[in-house]
Amino acid sequence: MRTSPNLLDSKIPEGPLESKWTNYRSTVPLVNPANKRNLEIIIVGSGLAGASAASSLAELGYKVKVFCFQDSPRRAHSIAAQGGINAAKNYQNDGDSTYRLFYDTIKGGDYRAREGNVYRLAEVSANIIDQCVALGVPFAREYGGLLSNRSFGGTQVQRTFYAAGQTGQQLLLGAYSGLQRQVGLGTVKMYSRHEMLDVVVIDGKARGIIARNLVTGEIERHAGHAVLLCTGGYGNVFFLSTNAMGSNVTAAWKAHKKGALFGNPCFTQIHPTCIPVSGDHQSKLTLMSESLRNDGRIWVPKKAGDTRKPNEIPEEERDYYLERRYPAFGNLVPRDVASRAAKERCDAGFGVGASKMAVYLDYAAAIERYGKIQANKLNETNASKDRIIALGKDVVKEKYGNLFEMYEKITGENPYEVPMRIYPAVHYTMGGLWVDYELQTTVPGLYALGEANFSDHGANRLGASALMQGLADGYFVIPYTIGSYLNTQIREKLVSTDHAAFEEAEKSVKDTINNLINNKGSKTVDHFHKRLGKIMWDKCGMARNEQGLKEAIQEIRQLREEFWKEVRVPGSANEMNPELEKAGRVADFLELGELMCIDALNRNESCGGHFREEFQTEEGEALRDDAKYSYVAAWEYKGNGNYDLHKEDLKYERIKVSARSYK
Amino acid sequence: MNLTLKIWRQKNSKEAGNFHTYQVPDISPDMSFLEMFDVLNERLIEKGEEPIAFDHDCREGICGMCSMYINGQPHGPWKGTTTCQLHMRAFKDGDTITVEPWRAKAFPVIKDLVVDRSAFDKIQAAGGFISVNTGNAQDANNIPVPKDDADKAFAAAACIGCGACVAACKNSSAMLYVSAKVSQFALLPQGRVERTERVLNMVREMDVQGFGNCTNTGSCEAECPKEISLENIATMNREYLMANLKK
Ligand SMILES: Cc1cc2nc3c(=O)[nH]c(=O)nc-3n(C[C@H](O)[C@H](O)[C@H](O)COP(=O)(O)OP(=O)(O)OC[C@H]3O[C@@H](n4cnc5c(N)ncnc54)[C@H](O)[C@@H]3O)c2cc1C
Ligand code: FES
Repeated sequence: MRTSPNLLDSKIPEGPLESKWTNYRSTVPLVNPANKRNLEIIIVGSGLAGASAASSLAELGYKVKVFCFQDSPRRAHSIAAQGGINAAKNYQNDGDSTYRLFYDTIKGGDYRAREGNVYRLAEVSANIIDQCVALGVPFAREYGGLLSNRSFGGTQVQRTFYAAGQTGQQLLLGAYSGLQRQVGLGTVKMYSRHEMLDVVVIDGKARGIIARNLVTGEIERHAGHAVLLCTGGYGNVFFLSTNAMGSNVTAAWKAHKKGALFGNPCFTQIHPTCIPVSGDHQSKLTLMSESLRNDGRIWVPKKAGDTRKPNEIPEEERDYYLERRYPAFGNLVPRDVASRAAKERCDAGFGVGASKMAVYLDYAAAIERYGKIQANKLNETNASKDRIIALGKDVVKEKYGNLFEMYEKITGENPYEVPMRIYPAVHYTMGGLWVDYELQTTVPGLYALGEANFSDHGANRLGASALMQGLADGYFVIPYTIGSYLNTQIREKLVSTDHAAFEEAEKSVKDTINNLINNKGSKTVDHFHKRLGKIMWDKCGMARNEQGLKEAIQEIRQLREEFWKEVRVPGSANEMNPELEKAGRVADFLELGELMCIDALNRNESCGGHFREEFQTEEGEALRDDAKYSYVAAWEYKGNGNYDLHKEDLKYERIKVSARSYK
Repeated sequence: MNLTLKIWRQKNSKEAGNFHTYQVPDISPDMSFLEMFDVLNERLIEKGEEPIAFDHDCREGICGMCSMYINGQPHGPWKGTTTCQLHMRAFKDGDTITVEPWRAKAFPVIKDLVVDRSAFDKIQAAGGFISVNTGNAQDANNIPVPKDDADKAFAAAACIGCGACVAACKNSSAMLYVSAKVSQFALLPQGRVERTERVLNMVREMDVQGFGNCTNTGSCEAECPKEISLENIATMNREYLMANLKK
């Protein structure tokens, strides 16, 4: 590893924080409508970021092509988001404001995000809700017909908008409907069941992509004036995560290898409330939305190794450890804090369930509380205990019904009767392609939006902020910022796909595919993926230390070598071949995993989701080192296992940086 | 558990397919149905055979990608449950399970259990939207919506677009899918502006894509993993009638 002189220009506009974005918008060069018609934009990904960008750019008059690997753009993993989306609307009159959302996000990110970006995010958040409602997104409402809100972790206001436990679904279907409208108008051409396998860079600028048609196996070339990667997060490097089976890093990683720097790769979010692993057969982990922490109470028995059933453990023998340790925020501390606290209890022998790697999330108190309120509403002043419980269950069902059902299907236990068992799981990646204020990577013409970029969440993302960021990037940021590049491209004709750079990129993609197919080794792709996942979880997961990271780097290198010798990919390249798709993705994870460990090893501090055991307070809280590490680590690919570090210093002009406390 | 699986294998859309029988021993009742398929596929690959292609992604019952026709039912025996959320607890040791792809003219088989559902996207592109461009919206709370309407719109919008309704229907009708979108928008003030055009365009496209007519058998509702209500079809019929009167 070498440290390079700083090549990074974040392009944060001058001027006071509150007027940066307004000023930027009024001065950014525009592209006139006639020129827009001649400019083509390639968008990879159709999640919240990709779909919102695609419809907005097509509405402006650009020609757009959209790619996704699923059979329909509506299936991007944004669909699975449960709990909600934040916006500084202050509809609850509880003191919310743009500034407060900005402040909560910077603090939640443990002071490792850019002020300028985050302020803009908070500023446009209100417009997102307006836009979604206009598109017909059926958010939850109160009896008066106005929008309802709830709380998420790391905040003390109610600013989260939601649609039962299916907020991501409703937002994505809204964005998808806008996208399909443009498809119908012929301004967007949709390529479903296509996987992008490389970026084509000519004279330092992104000029197109190579994609594989997943039905026929054909390798295709697509040229564009700009390429937007909206390809989601890379949590699946851990094998088990709450991501979809197909979620991957391939697009971002190929871009990285073509010159785009990768920002803070080790910043991973481990979500505190997921259904625990039940056996080796497990293919993915299921999230139980953070919104459940609004009403559920988390506890373990006070006695280590207690084998009694949860309902047999009396109140005074339960340890509500979050309420005990963090009285100000209680069960609503940020995710990194809640996850580590669960791990701490389980490691100390207080875990529950067969594996002892779980804690309880208990709804009994909430059911009773809601039941009483409901009985009062119905004027049933003498309601029996059973009646109250029954009423309370109905209220909880309306709020969280689909989550409770999902829990029961997976575990076979009824969470209305017994507390849920939960444990932290990999959920989100704050790291991603480094982008400037305009969402442009270090390769001109190549942009990254949504979870694929590193931008707004620092070292820890607050709940309900990823949906907000994806839609902010797509609806309200990129339509302006892309003009600043495209106005310089109006004289450029679309590059011919016969250009040598396309030729070369296609050849390298085909070579990789042929290597995989012809290898005919003895082990399946999943075999390697599971082993990689275990290394990552054990050594670069919720807690990391120098020795473990050094070991992990060696182990991953060996595993990568073994992969290329021993992997077996059945079938051929010229047909639908899901094993081949997986193999390509795992090959990229095997490289990314190493970089994550290198990054974690470099950062000799604990911050947000990055917890280095050597750096903690006496009470076990993360100990930052602002003097040395108040920077974004942006890594440049230098060929096989070599990376140069570029540092973007973080300057805080508005916020006073302090120790993060939720006590 | 030890199981016998009879699975539809088809190399591609051009070649004919047929059933293959597989013995699948050592399955845990805690596995999901797709995890059982993962195990079977790992074993096939290790034996040098071709694994079975099937669609799936989120494995949380929300993306709508998984689509297996299990023992004569789309998504198998559990009510209101997608294939990916179906768990092996639903079966007994020694069972024989038959697995096929969705069968409908509008959903041609691509490979094994994978079908082409792009017809659904085309129907959506024909009218399943509200025509507002980004940046034009008024404050969200300027449009109050009665809670009851909002809840009903949400219930309709919960459709995951998996196509089980089409697979369940003897006529391969897409009425439940289309009507869910039509009623979601019909229930909301924002959606009413374009209601006439919307229903006419979506119904026209549904016919163009080769879906059959609805004869009210109700099997779509019975098999829908999200329990989308038949009431939506009644709403759509009303919308369609009104639209035709206006035209
Ligand atoms: C279970 C779960 C619950 C969540 N709940 C919440 C919540 O309540 N609130 C919140 O704010 N956030 C939540 N999040 C986080 C949030 O959902 C995601 O961060 C966000 O939706 C990501 O959106 P995206 O558009 O960036 O990517 P995605 O929606 O993941 O879309 C990625 C797109 O890229 C495409 N793609 C990827 N690679 C390629 C390739 N190589 N070639 C072609 N196409 C490709 C895919 O097909 C897909 O269309 C949750 C996440 C999970 C996993
Ligand atoms: S895999 Fe997403 S619904 Fe089944």
